[in-house]
Parts: sequence; C-alpha cells; structure tokens
Amino acid sequence: MSWITARRRHPAATYALVGLVLVLIGLGYTVITNGNAATAASPTSANPAQIAEGRNLFVENCATCHGLYAEGRAGQAPSLIGVGAAAVDFQVSTGRMPAASDSAENIRKPDKFTPAETHALAAYIESIGGGPPIPSAAAVNPAAGTYGLGQQLFVADCAACHNFVGAGGDLTYGKFAPPLTASTPTQIYEAMLTGPEAMPVFNDLTITPQQKRDIITYVTQVRSQPNPGGFSLGRIGPVTEGLVAFLGLLLFLVLAALWITAKHGKAHE
Amino acid sequence: MSDTNSPGSDQGPGDTAWQEYLTGGGQAGGATAASGEPEGPAAPRRVIGTPSPAASHRMLPPQDDGGTQPPPRELPAGPEDPARAKKAELVVAACFILAGLAGLGFLVAYGIIGVGSIVAVQHSNLALGGTLSIAMLLLGAGATIWVRHLMPDVELTEMRHPMHSTEQEKAAFKETFEEGAETSQFVSRPIVRRSLIAATIPLAVAPIFLLRDMGPLPGTSLDTTVWRKGLRLLVYGTGDPITPAEFSSPGSIISVGPEGYLDDDDAMAKAAVIIIKFRPGEVDYTSQPHPVGGKVVANWSVDNIVAYSKICTHVGCPAALYEQTTHHILCPCHQSTFVATQGAQVIFGPATRPLPQLPIGVDSSGYLIATGPFHEPVGPSFWERS
Repeated sequence: MSWITARRRHPAATYALVGLVLVLIGLGYTVITNGNAATAASPTSANPAQIAEGRNLFVENCATCHGLYAEGRAGQAPSLIGVGAAAVDFQVSTGRMPAASDSAENIRKPDKFTPAETHALAAYIESIGGGPPIPSAAAVNPAAGTYGLGQQLFVADCAACHNFVGAGGDLTYGKFAPPLTASTPTQIYEAMLTGPEAMPVFNDLTITPQQKRDIITYVTQVRSQPNPGGFSLGRIGPVTEGLVAFLGLLLFLVLAALWITAKHGKAHE
Repeated sequence: MSDTNSPGSDQGPGDTAWQEYLTGGGQAGGATAASGEPEGPAAPRRVIGTPSPAASHRMLPPQDDGGTQPPPRELPAGPEDPARAKKAELVVAACFILAGLAGLGFLVAYGIIGVGSIVAVQHSNLALGGTLSIAMLLLGAGATIWVRHLMPDVELTEMRHPMHSTEQEKAAFKETFEEGAETSQFVSRPIVRRSLIAATIPLAVAPIFLLRDMGPLPGTSLDTTVWRKGLRLLVYGTGDPITPAEFSSPGSIISVGPEGYLDDDDAMAKAAVIIIKFRPGEVDYTSQPHPVGGKVVANWSVDNIVAYSKICTHVGCPAALYEQTTHHILCPCHQSTFVATQGAQVIFGPATRPLPQLPIGVDSSGYLIATGPFHEPVGPSFWERS
C-alpha cells in the first residue's frame, strides 16, 4: 500500500491508471466477444420448436428438483440458469441426470434421453441463461490432437484426481473422480469446460480448444495401451496390485501349503 | 568323577539320553556312565588346529561291546505300490523337464525380446517373469510330489542336542588360543602390536568420512525457491503466460511454474504452484493464518485468484486435488486436506502447516506475475527450518 501511496501523486500516475483501466476493459471485451463467437458456433443453434420441446422435457423430468424455471432449490438442486448447453449435455448424456438418488456423487449410467431430446433440453437451458455451448464434432476430434502435448497437460492438471491413465480415484466424503474409460470426446470436452460436481473448471481461455483436443487425444488413445499380461488391474496403481497380491497370492500360498503338508492317506494305513 | 574318557559322563540325564541316541546303543552309554567304569581307549585331548590322532577322530566313544546290533532299519524299503510310484516318478520327471524348458525360455526371452520401447519392456517383463515363475513353480511342485508319493511317510524324532561345547573342547580352545598368542609374539613385541592397532584406526573411521558423500549439505537452498518479484506465471504443459481475464471462470485451477524455469526440474520441484479462481466473497482473507511482515494477505491475490505452493507441507507430494464445491485441496499421498478459501489451512491429515501462498499481481501486459518470493520455505519440514 505504501508503494502506491508514495507514487499516487506522481505526474504519470493518472496516465498509468487510465492505461490500466483501458487494458482491463479491452481484456473484458475480448472475453465477452470470444464467448459470443463460440456460442454462435454451437451445434445447438436453437430454433423455437427445439426450445419448446426442451421446455416440455424439462418440466416433466427435471423441474421436480431444479424448479419450474430452473431456478434451483436450496440444499437440493442447483440453479441451471447460465450453466449452458454443455453442462446439460454432459450431465444428461452420461446418465448422471436425472439423478437416481441424492448421493455424494452422481454415477454414470445409461442415458434416459435420446441425443435429440438431450439437445432439446440443452437448447432450452441455453435459451434461459446462455453459458458454454456444446462443442462441435470437429472441436473434439481425437485425430486432430497431439498425444504428447495432451499427456503433458493431463499429467499436470488432471492426473491428480483422474489417475495417470484416466482410471479415476477417490476424493472426500464419498465423492470420487470417475474413470474416463467410457467418456466420449464430447463429454470430456464438456467436463473440462463446465466442471461438473466437484471438478474444477478449465475454460477455453485457460486450456484452449486445441489443448483440450490434445487432452482428448491422450485420454482416448491411452485406453488402447496394450496389456501384455492380460490384466490391467484397473490401472489404478499399487492399491489394486497390492490387493491382488494379498488376497490372490496369499490364498494361493495357503492352498499350496495345505497341499504340501496334507497327509498322504495311503501311507498311514 | 575322575572318569574323563566318556564325554557324556559328567552331563545331565538329558545329555545321557542324547548320547544313547547318537551311539545307537540302548544300554551302553547309560550303563557305563552309571557304573563309572572306564570304557574303551582314553580319548586324548584334542588340540584344535593340530592334526589329531586317528583314534581320536570320533567325538563319541566307539561301541566296543560287540553285542550291540546295528539299529533296526526304521524306514520301509520302498513304496508300497510300485505302479503308483512309477506313475509319480514320471510326473515328477515331467515337472522337472518342463521347469528346465521354462528356464531355457527365460534365457531365450532375455535374448530375443528387446527393451527399446515401453511396450517391448512390458512384453519382456511378462516373458521373463512368466517363464521364471513357471520354472520355480514346477520345481516346487515336482519336489513336493516326489516327497509325497515316492519318499516314505514315517515320523522320525530327533532329540535335541546340547548347544554348549564340552569342558574338554573349551579347555582345548583356551590352550590353542594362548599358544597362538605366545607363538606369534603378539604380546611380547609391543611395537608390532601397537603399530598394527594404530594402522587399523584410519580404516575403522573411514566409514564416518564416507558419510560426506551424502552431501553437500543443502545449506539455505531449501529456504527459497526461484520465484521472485516480476516472474510471470506460465501454465505448466503449455508454457503460456495467463491473464486474470483468461483465468476467469470461478472454480478453475491450473498448475503454473515460474517463467524461465518450466523445464528446470530441480527448480520446479520446489516452485510448482497452483492458482485457483474464486467467486467474489468466497475467500476469507482475514482468516489467513500467516500474514508475514505486517502485509495484508489480500494484496497477495488478484481478482479472487490465489496462488498456493503445489508442494504438500507433509512430505512434498503434489497437492493438487481440488474440489471446487468444497474448496478443499487434497494431497493424494496421505490425504492431507487444505481449505483453499482460508489460506490453505490444514483441516485433515498429517500436514502441519498451510500451503505457502505466493503473492501475485499483474504486469504491464496484463499477465499474472509473482510480486515477490514465497515468504516461508515451501514443502516438508527440514532440520534447519526456522
């Protein structure tokens, strides 16, 4: 503070302040226009009929918890205003929504809606509050990404929770980072963009769309890593390996010991 | 007792039983010891290290009273069922032959499977481990089948042996030792003795000097990181600087490193940092537990972006599991849990200190920079840490 106090009467101070404000305004404008540009490119460029269908589906399936106008219910379900089409598409297409029960972590299950219905729901939610759109197929094409760069980013920012090969891992109070073995490229992109549940957000300015595509390339291609022994043991590392060694090998050793020391009946006649 | 030619004569009843067992006579040892009658040739005192007379080659007195029969054979002559035994023999041989083949397979696999790539290493591990374990398993199985189906199944009892040496052996050792000490003149020539002892002292203390190779001592290098005022925060993995406007979504986290040091693993081992973006009002700046030098810690953040060391204060794992719903930062190694909104205070786990916070600001181009170094050492405790 003393640094500013000492210099705020400096002749250049006014110019510096004006310059700073201009920079901030410029940056803010960049962000807003970028967001708009991305929204325009959304595959859910909505038409009124689609929004109306989405509205109907929402009232029938979601409004019980999220409120008739997606305003949310305190302690029960969050407001969906402004979450964007990407969040809706992720939650519904992975089967997490509609939720089966009020648990610490909504689990992946077969989706309840067709892709068209899911897109209608997403269009409705987008129409009432904007937000991140569903990425285009080209934006999530794994063939267009770079495996090595994706691995670097994944290890730095994703592997802490999701494990080095996307096998998932535990968090606190029953929450967990799910395995990424069944996620589609679109769902991976949407998860990074919207940060479902406890997952942090990686917006398109922090991790650019190209970098997201690199990560998608890594996550989808690391699945085809060969298992020469035939058992990957879930690839979650020493935990499963130790469990298999303890339960499997110990059982085997006990049986072997029984066999070795078993009395040979005939000799005792 | 004056009887010295029977080693067992002055020993307890248990030892007498052992003598009986080893000499194979039910009556010989016990009877003669009890009567105190000399028996057989006197066993000469044997000096250890000197050639002994052939007669004294036995530790036990020979059986001389010819009436003792060789002990009856306790084991059956052969398997009861020769046909079964023949079958077992073939099985055992098959196990051993297959084990041998697996061992050969190990050698061949070692020779032909390269380790040029990760996948090749995986295949090599599979082949080497697989053949080796098959060989070991078959050797063990063959030996076990051998024991169970070919060797006789009878119980034998072996008596416990006395652990201590006999008085004679002790006396013999003492005499030999003293004789050696005298003959070598170790005692009578002090200059030789003392110079030899002096010569071994440097060698004895040498291991203490070798401890130096564990150094050099870290000195003050653990106290600081490469972070200093003006260094940009570069996103780890891309190397790009980042602005608050880009890092604008609440609930975001990203790993960053100091400009110019991203590829320096030694520097990054201490300087790795995570930045987290909060919604307005989420961060409780007043609860920051470590305001340093009277600074207000709120000044350390920009636009609700806070930077913490990524190195856990417990044992230095990368603590970067961030739950944006609870604002908990978890360490994956030992579940230390830090509250990101409250100066990374520890609420669970073995860590004892908050994650150090890096003061950040914005440079003239709008990019996030460090406005100073860490104000405390990052990472786990160490001896000299104040």
